[in-house]
Amino acid sequence: MTVTEPSKTPVDLVTLTIDGIEVSVPKGTLLIRAAEELGIAIPRFCDHPLLAPAGACRQCLVEVAMPDREGNVRPMPKPQASCTMTASPGMVVKTQLTSPVSEKAQRGVMELLLINHPLDCPVCDKGGECPLQNQAMANGQGSSRFTEVKRTFPKPIRISTQVLLDRERCILCQRCTRFSKEIAGDPFIDLQMRGAKQQIGTFSPGVLNFHVDLPDPVVRTSEELEPTPQSLQQGSSEDESRGASHEHATGTYAADNLTTTGQALLDESGQPFASYFSGNTIQICPVGALTGAAYRFRARPFDLVSTKGVCEHCSSGCALRVDHRRGKVTRRLAADDPAVNEEWNCDKGRWAFNWATGADRLTHPLVRDPETGELEPVSWPYALQVAAAGLLKARDAGGVGVLPGGRLTVEDAYAYAKFARVVLRTNDIDFRARAHSAEEEAFLGHAVAGTGLGVTFAELEAAPAVLLAGLEAEEEAASIFLRLRKSVLNKGKKVTSIAPWASRGLIKLSGTLIQTVPGQEAAALGTPEAAAAVSTPGSVILLGPRLTESSGAYQAALALAAATGAKLAWVPRRAGERGAVEAGALPSLLPGGRPVSDAAARVDIAAAWDVDSLPAQPGRDTARIIDDASAGLLPGLLVGGVDPDDLPDPAAARAALETASFVVSLEVRASTVSAYADVVLPVAPPAEKGGTFLNWEGRWREFPQALTSEALSDGEVLDSLASEAGEGLGLRGEKAGSAELAQLGRWEGARTERPEAHTLAPASATVLSTWSMLLDKGRLQDGEPYLAGTAHRAVARVSPATATGLGLAAGVTGSVTVSNDRGEITLPLAITPMPDGVVWLPSNSPGSPVRARLAAGNGDPVVLRLAGDALMGA
Amino acid sequence: MADREQNDSDSSGGWLSAFAPIAGFGVTFATMFTKVVTEEYPEQKVPTAPRFHGRHQLNRHPDGLEKCVGCELCAWACPADAIYVEGADNTEEERFSPGERYGRVYQINYLRCILCGLCIEACPTRALTMTNEYEQLKGPTRAGLIFEKQDLLAPMLGGMIPAPHPMVPGTTEQDYYQGKVTQAVPEQQEWVDARTGDDEPAQEAHR
Repeated sequence: MTVTEPSKTPVDLVTLTIDGIEVSVPKGTLLIRAAEELGIAIPRFCDHPLLAPAGACRQCLVEVAMPDREGNVRPMPKPQASCTMTASPGMVVKTQLTSPVSEKAQRGVMELLLINHPLDCPVCDKGGECPLQNQAMANGQGSSRFTEVKRTFPKPIRISTQVLLDRERCILCQRCTRFSKEIAGDPFIDLQMRGAKQQIGTFSPGVLNFHVDLPDPVVRTSEELEPTPQSLQQGSSEDESRGASHEHATGTYAADNLTTTGQALLDESGQPFASYFSGNTIQICPVGALTGAAYRFRARPFDLVSTKGVCEHCSSGCALRVDHRRGKVTRRLAADDPAVNEEWNCDKGRWAFNWATGADRLTHPLVRDPETGELEPVSWPYALQVAAAGLLKARDAGGVGVLPGGRLTVEDAYAYAKFARVVLRTNDIDFRARAHSAEEEAFLGHAVAGTGLGVTFAELEAAPAVLLAGLEAEEEAASIFLRLRKSVLNKGKKVTSIAPWASRGLIKLSGTLIQTVPGQEAAALGTPEAAAAVSTPGSVILLGPRLTESSGAYQAALALAAATGAKLAWVPRRAGERGAVEAGALPSLLPGGRPVSDAAARVDIAAAWDVDSLPAQPGRDTARIIDDASAGLLPGLLVGGVDPDDLPDPAAARAALETASFVVSLEVRASTVSAYADVVLPVAPPAEKGGTFLNWEGRWREFPQALTSEALSDGEVLDSLASEAGEGLGLRGEKAGSAELAQLGRWEGARTERPEAHTLAPASATVLSTWSMLLDKGRLQDGEPYLAGTAHRAVARVSPATATGLGLAAGVTGSVTVSNDRGEITLPLAITPMPDGVVWLPSNSPGSPVRARLAAGNGDPVVLRLAGDALMGA
Repeated sequence: MADREQNDSDSSGGWLSAFAPIAGFGVTFATMFTKVVTEEYPEQKVPTAPRFHGRHQLNRHPDGLEKCVGCELCAWACPADAIYVEGADNTEEERFSPGERYGRVYQINYLRCILCGLCIEACPTRALTMTNEYEQLKGPTRAGLIFEKQDLLAPMLGGMIPAPHPMVPGTTEQDYYQGKVTQAVPEQQEWVDARTGDDEPAQEAHR
C-alpha cells in the first residue's frame, strides 16, 4: 500500500474486527486496507491504492456484519466487496481465512473470471508475475465447470505503437481506464458493449463502428480535442445496430482490421493515441491484457534480475525498477516511491533505455592518429597519457574549457568541477549545454546552490496554488504534472501558467493561462494576475527552463516570491543539472554553493582538496567558452555528454570544436563531439554505473549499478586522467564523489548576490516560442521506434489573427515556414489562441530541429510565411 | 567374509584341496558359457531402451511449422540451468509457429544437461521431446556442446515445408493443436516458392 501523505494531525479511529482480530484504523479506511494492516491478504484485481475504488472485479468479497440501530451485530445478506466498503465502528468482517461463505464467493468469482480467460499463460508476457495466475493458484479451484467454447477476439489490438491490447485476456477490472482518466487525464480506451460482449476498446470503427469525419488531425487546435457530442451519438447508435448483428452471436468478432503492425489507431479525439503515461496501464494491468510492444516476448519474469534505478531523463528523479537479462536491460518499470513518483512514471522514463546500447557505443579509448587523422582504438594507459599531456599543454598555452553537460550524476559532476580547478587550474566550467544567461547563473548561486531539499513533491501536492513560470510540466517534468493533476482533482489546487498558449498539459490541469509573449516572462511575473495566483499562503512558484531566455525573469520571480511569500523551486530539464549546480560545475560556483569570488570559500575548498590555492577569477560560461575557443583564445576543450545541437548556436559550437587545438571527449556513444575530438574516452551509461542524481527538489537519488560492466564512470575516468597529469583527485570508487561533497557541507557564508536588474528586450515583429516535447528526437530516445511512434506530431502554432495576416482564410489549413538568416523550418499549422506575432515550434521534434537549423530560442525574431503547398480545406 | 568361510570349508574337504589352486577358475569357466553382457560399443551398436533419455528434439507440426512457442517453461523447469530460450513475435512475413510467439533462440547446453527429462514434462505444446540419440552428445570443445535450435529441430518429414511460411489457410492455432492440420497445402508451397523465386537472382549473383 502506498502512503502518499503521512498525516500529521490525529485522526479519528474506528475499531472493527477482522477474522476475530480487533483493529483500529483511520475513519474512511477501506476494509481491504484494514485487512492489510493485519497482514491478511484478500485477493483483488481492480483495487489499486492510488485509484478510486471501483468494485469492478468482485474478487475481494468478504462476509460483513454490522451493528444495527439497536447495536445488534447483524450479518449483511450477501458477501460484500471489501475494496469499496469503508470500515465502520463495530463491524465484524470475515475474510476467506475464517468464512466459508466468503471463501466460496471468491472461488466462484475466480471461476467466473476464468470462463473466458484464455489459458495461454505460456505465451503471455504476464505469465510468472500475473496476479490472476497467482490468485487463481492461491484462491481458485483446480478445475472449471465451464466446458463450452471460450469467447475469443482477434489478437491483439494495437492501441498505440507501444501498447497492445489483448481483449480475451481482459477481466474488465478497469484499472487502465481509471488510470487514464484519474491520473493521466488521457481517456483513450473505455468499456464498450454490454454483458458477455463487454470489452475494453479504443474508439475505433472496428469495435463500435465509430466513424468521425475528421479533418487532418495535424491541424486540430486544442479546443477541438474534446469529442463532439454529435460524434458520440453517432457512435452509440451504430453500436446498437451492430450489437444485434448475427456475427456477434457466434462469439467470434470481426477481424476489426487491426493487426499488430502498422499505424497507431486514433484515440477518441481523433489523434493517434499519444498519452505520455500509457506504460503505467501495462504495469498495473492485473492480467496480460495490456502488453508493451518493446518488451513483448523478450523474456519471462523469472529470467530477469531486478535492480533499483533512478530515471536519467528529466529532473524528477523517478524511482525505477531496472529488469535485465544476460547483461542487457529488457525493461524498466516505475518503482514505488511515495515521496517522489508514487507508483507512476512517464513513457520516456519507462522505455527510453536502448540509447545506451546502440551500434555506435564506444567500447575502447580512441586517439586521433597524427598521420591519418583518423580516430584509432588504443589502450587505456596510452589514451590517458595522450589526453593528460594534451590537456596540460593546452592549459599552459591558454587554458582548457570544460563542458560536462547536464546529464551527469553528482559524483561525475563533482569530478569535473574538481578536475577543472585542481588539474586545469581554471573556473572555465559550465554544465549548461543549453540556452543560458548570466542572470540564471547568479540566480543559481543565490537561490539554488547549497540550499538542500527545498520544495518537495509532497509540498507541491499540498500547495493550494502553483504558478508554472516557463515550465511545461507534462512535457518537461512529467512527474510534476501527475502530482499537480492529482491535487487539482482531489484538492482543487489552482494552477497558473506563464506561457504563450495553453498546452494540453495545462488544459488537463484546469489551469489558468497568463498569456505571455516569449521573452516577456519577467513582465508577466510582475503582473497582478501572477501575484494573485500565488497569494494564498503555501503557494509554490516553479521556474522552468524557458526563463533563462527571458531577461529579468529570475529577478522578477524572486521579487514575486518575496512579495507573496510563495516558495520558489527551480525545475531544470535534465537529470544532472541540479547535481551539477551543487557540485560546482559553474564558472562562478564552487561545490556546496560556495561563490568563487569569496576568498574564504576558496580557502575552504582548497584546504579540503589539499591544494595551495584555487583560481580566483570567475570562469567563462558555455557561450564564452565556445566563442573564445572558436576565436583561438582557448586551445583546449574537455567535453562530456554535450550535443552541440542543444546549444544556443550549434554552428559556433562546431566551429569551436574544430578550432580548439586539443579536444578530449568523454562519451557513451560516438557523437558530434567525439567526431571532432583528439582523444575519446568511453564512459558508462547510467545502467552500467552506480551514482546519485539530485532531482529538482534537491533530493539525493542514489542508484546502484545494474549491469556488470567494465565501463568506467566519468568520475573514474577523470580520476585516472588526473593521476596521469600528476594530480590526485582521490575520487576512485562509485560513491567517492558524493561522499566528499557531503563532507564539504553547505556554504554558510555570504551567498552570491541577487541577479542584477536587466532591461527588458524590446519585442520584435514576430518572435519564436519553443520548448521541447517529452518525446522527440533527443539522443536519449534513440533505438526505440515504438516509443517514437507515440510522440505528438510536430506542428507550428500561431494565433488566428497571425494566420489571417499570413493570408490564410478562416477554415483553411496549411503549412507555415519559419525562417531566419540561418535556415528555415516548415511545419503544418495549428491555429491556437495565443499572442499575435508569436510562432511556436517544438524544439527538437522530427522536422523541427529549432536550435540546429535556426540557432534561435525563445523571444528571438523570425520571419513567418505561408509554405508554398498551402491546402485549401473545407 | 563369505569367501573366507568357503575357503575354510574347502581346506577341510580332503581330496578337493588338490583342486584348490584352480577352483577359482570355476567361475571363469562357467561364465565363458553364459550370455555376454558387455557391449562392443563402437563396433556393434545396440538400440537403447525405448524411453531412453537422449538428445532433445524440437518437434514440428505436420506442415513444417515449429511447435515451440518460446515460453521458456523448459528453461524454468531445468534443474541444471542448461536451457536458454528467447521468444519473439511471429510476423506475416516470417512465421515460424502457429500463433503469436515462437522460440527465436533455443539452446541446450549438454555440458550441463543431466538428461532428467523435466523439460519434456514442462513443455505445454509437446514441442520438446527426447530422442534415443546419444552419440552426438560428445565433442572436443565446450562451445560445440551447446546445441542451437537448428541442431535440435526435428528432421523434415513428408508433407512438411521448412518454416518460415504461413499457417494453412483458414486454420487457427487451435486447429494445429487439435491435429486438424495433417500436411502442408499447396498455398504454403506457393508462398515459399514466391519467396525463394525472389531470392534466386540474388543468390546467383552472389555465387
